[in-house]
Amino acid sequence: MMPFQPVLLWSDLLLWLLIAAALLAARWACHQPHLLAAWRRVGQSPVGMGSGTLLLVFLLIALLDSLHYRPLLPPTEAGAPARYTVETLSALDALLAPLRTRPEKTYSAPLATLSFAKEATADGLGRDYPRLQHGGAHLADPATQHGKDLLVASVRGLAGGFALWVLCWLLLRPLSQNSTLAWNGALIVLLAVCLLTGLLIALAQGYHPLGTDKVGQDVLYQSLKAIRTGMVIGLLTTLIMLPAAIVLGLMAGYFGGWIDDVIQYLYTTLNSIPGVLLIAAAVLMMQVLIETHPQWFATAAERADARLIALCAILGITSWTGLCRLLRGETLKLRELEYVQAARALGCSHATILARHILPNVMHIVIIALVMDFSSLVLAEAVLSYVGVGVDPTTISFGTMINAARMELAREPMVWWSLAAAFGFMFALVLAANLFADVVRDAFDPRLVR
Amino acid sequence: MLAYIIRRLLYALPILIGVNLLTFALFFVVNTPDDMARMQLGVKRVTPEAIERWKAERGYDKPLIWNEQASGLGRITETVFFSKSMRMFVGDFGRADDGRDISLEIRTRMGPSLAIAVPVFVLGLFAAISLALVLVYFRATVLDWAGVALCVAMMSISSLFYIIGGQWLIAKVWQLAPISGFGSGLDAGRFLLLPVLVAIIASLGGSARWYRTIFLEEYGRDYVRTARAKGLSEAAVLWRHVLRNALIPILTGSVALIPLLFMGSLLIESFFAIPGLGSYTIDAINAQDFAVVRAMVFIGSVLYIVGLLLTDLSYTLADPRIRFS
Repeated sequence: MMPFQPVLLWSDLLLWLLIAAALLAARWACHQPHLLAAWRRVGQSPVGMGSGTLLLVFLLIALLDSLHYRPLLPPTEAGAPARYTVETLSALDALLAPLRTRPEKTYSAPLATLSFAKEATADGLGRDYPRLQHGGAHLADPATQHGKDLLVASVRGLAGGFALWVLCWLLLRPLSQNSTLAWNGALIVLLAVCLLTGLLIALAQGYHPLGTDKVGQDVLYQSLKAIRTGMVIGLLTTLIMLPAAIVLGLMAGYFGGWIDDVIQYLYTTLNSIPGVLLIAAAVLMMQVLIETHPQWFATAAERADARLIALCAILGITSWTGLCRLLRGETLKLRELEYVQAARALGCSHATILARHILPNVMHIVIIALVMDFSSLVLAEAVLSYVGVGVDPTTISFGTMINAARMELAREPMVWWSLAAAFGFMFALVLAANLFADVVRDAFDPRLVR
Repeated sequence: MLAYIIRRLLYALPILIGVNLLTFALFFVVNTPDDMARMQLGVKRVTPEAIERWKAERGYDKPLIWNEQASGLGRITETVFFSKSMRMFVGDFGRADDGRDISLEIRTRMGPSLAIAVPVFVLGLFAAISLALVLVYFRATVLDWAGVALCVAMMSISSLFYIIGGQWLIAKVWQLAPISGFGSGLDAGRFLLLPVLVAIIASLGGSARWYRTIFLEEYGRDYVRTARAKGLSEAAVLWRHVLRNALIPILTGSVALIPLLFMGSLLIESFFAIPGLGSYTIDAINAQDFAVVRAMVFIGSVLYIVGLLLTDLSYTLADPRIRFS
């Protein structure tokens, strides 16, 4: 009997397909000297290697969070058929089980041992801050031992993180020797990631390193879960819009005439609706559709997942126009060049010319647009969730975290850790994406003189 | 020139009809008026009579796009599509779900929206271009490098952070401005300070970097070398030549936004409780008031098309070589 039942959500499937496609594309790019040269230029930049490494770390977390399963319920009686929980967990949930399964009653500050809210004491005489159920529960007397315990744990965690980094460094040595790539950038980022991981793991043994939220859920756990939502929105949206943008853009530029007119009309119409409003209208409609058809979804996770994918699709529909226009303009230029005319004179079909002669020559625009869009999509998710047209409220995302926490700054004392964690993780992800996009654009843009 | 403008305006008609068809499809085909009535009435009070009454009150009881019973033109005009969507061309937006006239609401809310959006646009443009000019003046120095790094960091921060952080720091800790709200007359300035400041800072990083790229591109041109060869100072080259020649890309990015200022800003207005069109839209989205959302989509697309036209016209002012025929 299986100890768990694997669950493949649609977003998991699409994400893994995307990774497979990216790997295939990478293999293909290895045989294309000009693409290989451009990617080598990315690798030669320390910023490119560093931000790329950080993005890979985030991607790894997102992929771990995309392996879903339903654990086996303990058998009620001998011989009963296997039953699985309704709750869908992921590999990341299993790794973070200590964080996930130790909730407090309500808010608690990062690394605190006492609760945030006062409660009646056991003797019923007054009100005091009670001890947390899990944070610092191993300490006999928090008042005297707290600081020392934190120090010991931090040093232990940092040492462990450093050891991990040395291991990475030894593993990467064969690669980095005699290499023109800027491995130093990657190693510096890895050092920071390893130290932080070690520190958080050590502190998470006895505390909530980033505090807990209103219902006592660990904030660090939420932040790590939110990474997947951001990545899915950033990656799947482009996956969805890419075919339409490429096909229509190339066709409009290459064929001209009425095809061009129709496609131009299509994207001018879509463009002329204010983006947020179109997204809001579409999401509202999608919400009504999901609410009126509950029979489509077996579990709450599936429903939330459907909303996530629908949001990606809507964002994709509203965002393909920019890339389409760029591709149309470039194709207009390319189709007049001699080599395209030569191909036509030799009797190549339109499809062949588009696929073999034009598409490879606009690929740099596609790659630049992909990496540039990623960061703005991650930022857009937070705003849309705030407006109320974002992901499902049960999906943990940066937007839902900020939304839940934004009223708490008015409290006295202030509850700042949820907001700080969401903004901090989001900043790291978006900054890495922005820096990486810059390096990629510089490496791929043929206009820049090198 | 006039012929060009008229042709462009005529060209806008099919686009607006397309926008209407699209919103119509989103609102009425995906969800029938029955679905809308059910959602608005709530689960408890749903009876077939209640749904029919709800539809009749709001004029949703007609056929969607083609009326078989009517004759002549009535086949097209006696439909939901014509009465709800095409009426918007003559400025009749109908009533919101709470019974208020949408046109009146838009007229009263336009003022507060503009009071925020115009200063943000003008000051924001000024700040971004000044910062970009400074960075270009000190190009290829540590200052330029640090400035670009700052810009990238600033654009990586969520706009929600600027709003929440600004409210907390300036309004709560320093108590320099009220945390939210809106006043009339001179009193309005007190309330406007914080939202305008926050909105400018939130967009500064991205736009300053964009203008810097534009200016740097102009720097590669031959006329800059000629200007330097004449013996002009670096500042004069920047002011008199580069800035003027970079006007076209600057206009492309900014003139199209001017008409959209009327729409206000969704986020800023709702966070700072400003009774403008942006917060009106957000409230409508949250209350699922489709009539309002539809009207705002329509107005937004009209303004967008006007913006495109203005952009083209502004080119002739900036660059005498451009002529329309």
